[in-house]
Amino acid sequence: MATEKAANRLLATTRTVSRELVLTTVVAACIAGATALLLLVVGFPVGRGLAALWVGSFGSWYAFTSATLVRAVPLMLTGSAVALAFRGGVLNIGGEGQLLMGAAAGAGVALAVSPSGVMIPVTIAGALLAASIGGALWAAVAAFLRVRFGVLEVISTIMLNFVALHVVSYLVRGPLQEPTGIYPQSATIADALHLPRIAGAGRLHVGFLLAVLISATFGWVLRHTASGFRLVATGENPTAAASAGGIDVSATTARVFLLSGALAGLAGGVEVLSVTFALYENISPGYGYTAIAVALLARLDPWRVAATAVLFGALEAGAGAMQRDAGVPSTLVSVIEAALILAVVVAQSVRSRRQEPDTGAQMLSVDA
Amino acid sequence: MSDTLAPFLAATVRTAVPLGLAALGELLVERAGMINIGLEGAILAGAFGALVGASSVGGVGAGFALAAVAGVLVAAMFALCVIWIRADQIIAGTALTLLSVGATGTLYRALYGSSGAALRIPTSEPLAMPGLASLPLVGTALFAQPPITYFLYVIAPALAWWLARTHAGLALRAIGERPEAAEAAGIAVERMRVLAILSGGVLGGLAGGTLVLAQAGTFAEGMSAGRGFIAIAIVVLGRWTPYGVAVGALLFGAASALQYAFQAMGWDLPYQVFLVVPYLLTLAALAGAVGRARAPAALGRSLEPRR
Repeated sequence: MATEKAANRLLATTRTVSRELVLTTVVAACIAGATALLLLVVGFPVGRGLAALWVGSFGSWYAFTSATLVRAVPLMLTGSAVALAFRGGVLNIGGEGQLLMGAAAGAGVALAVSPSGVMIPVTIAGALLAASIGGALWAAVAAFLRVRFGVLEVISTIMLNFVALHVVSYLVRGPLQEPTGIYPQSATIADALHLPRIAGAGRLHVGFLLAVLISATFGWVLRHTASGFRLVATGENPTAAASAGGIDVSATTARVFLLSGALAGLAGGVEVLSVTFALYENISPGYGYTAIAVALLARLDPWRVAATAVLFGALEAGAGAMQRDAGVPSTLVSVIEAALILAVVVAQSVRSRRQEPDTGAQMLSVDA
Repeated sequence: MSDTLAPFLAATVRTAVPLGLAALGELLVERAGMINIGLEGAILAGAFGALVGASSVGGVGAGFALAAVAGVLVAAMFALCVIWIRADQIIAGTALTLLSVGATGTLYRALYGSSGAALRIPTSEPLAMPGLASLPLVGTALFAQPPITYFLYVIAPALAWWLARTHAGLALRAIGERPEAAEAAGIAVERMRVLAILSGGVLGGLAGGTLVLAQAGTFAEGMSAGRGFIAIAIVVLGRWTPYGVAVGALLFGAASALQYAFQAMGWDLPYQVFLVVPYLLTLAALAGAVGRARAPAALGRSLEPRR
């Protein structure tokens, strides 16, 4: 009996995994095809472009770890932030602002102290904690406005993204500016406080492990815990969650919002301590927005977010290589990312028309 | 005083015009119950269209025409996603902005060279209104402007009248409040929504055209620089009315102009303070602190899935 059950479960898992693998292959093939087509249409060398895309992303161990995976880390964290929020019925498109505030808070802590000995890891942890709190507080503004006044978070988070940008702009020209006062950026964070790198993996740092751990944890929480259930139930149908499930919808919404902000803030903190080593205005090339694409392509599942983030990290890394080696503008990748989102949207619509009622489609609709 | 004030006013109006155009476009879309955050993409596409029109076809007129076409193109894709496929508006809007950023950047380098040597193109010359332009202080700021500014002066009241006084305007507002009821009352909801989105695309495209043809005189990648999102803020701040939008656009324009005025006067105040004020006002307006600001009831809600 027991062995039969175990065998069944193994079979089911194998089937799921192989289906995901097939899907990933199809997506990767589509990306290659779409890129080739775009290169052809716009008149860039197709072969050289594709080769550079490959070499810059998966072509070598160094490219894979130091370019692809390093870029995947902030996308994994912000992608998880977006996935959790959307699943919980919160359209948080303020990841960018929350990331910036997290980066500012993390940099602020790391620049304020110069610890030694055991205090070094404590300070790093403190900086990352500050980053999460910074992001959560920034999200709290929008959460408060939504819960208290019913303000659409789509609009409020966009506003807060701009405010955050101006706050960082002020900080790097004011209180946090580097000592010479020439450049609009903070001083460089002390070497000791940089996140340790993973041995044998180039520039890849322990932030990667943290991001993977977080995606895995939240994937598990959504599937197997009561609070995960409350989150998803609130997201899918707040009225039913309140009346039939006895769930405190407002509290759940607020919690999801804060959690989402904390993850985006953490992404900013990790970025500051492991990649940029200083705070400046353009610290994020739109991670908070790309995260939406990552989360959607991952169908809002934190486990898949981890994989999708690697895919997008590879795209961004490959885009840089395409520009350097083949003269192909790196913005081409945005077209591919957009095409991916639109493809997911179309696929979802086709599926929801074939089989009803599909929660996937409803999950993504706004509840005003 | 007037030698700082007059340039300040001129800068305010100059910044406000593209914002106002885009915000009026978004206003139409939002009154029909939708949020198009792809507006940023429409503005950017419009800017690129203006470049192509003015440099390849020739002339400012062709520039504005292609700007509008490019804006409509992006808007049409939004309509396709939202009305036909019933996709979520935020997701479709995000994708289209991303698409526009990528497509304009790539095409720009493909058509005009990789180094992106700043291209000079014919610009829209200011047209002084006889009499009005010589008014003290506000004369130059308001009445010695490129023609697109006067277009805005006409379109804002026209829209206000259309929304308040015509059957079609009433129908549009009804759709924004209760699409199901509007449908039952015999209003062609989908057609009206598509038209609203496309008109919004025209105005967004023209806003982009204004940036290129009446201001920068050239195109730069990502030159819309968040104006589409600011336009959405302006619609909220303007409480979903055309006149309110005009005031909101001027406020955002003034905030950004104040930054230069202060720098010119050498005042040592962080200029970010001014830049942040309009956003904070918008948030306050949303929370109901600055008068009543109620969004159309159906705002952002997807239509029922087709069967």
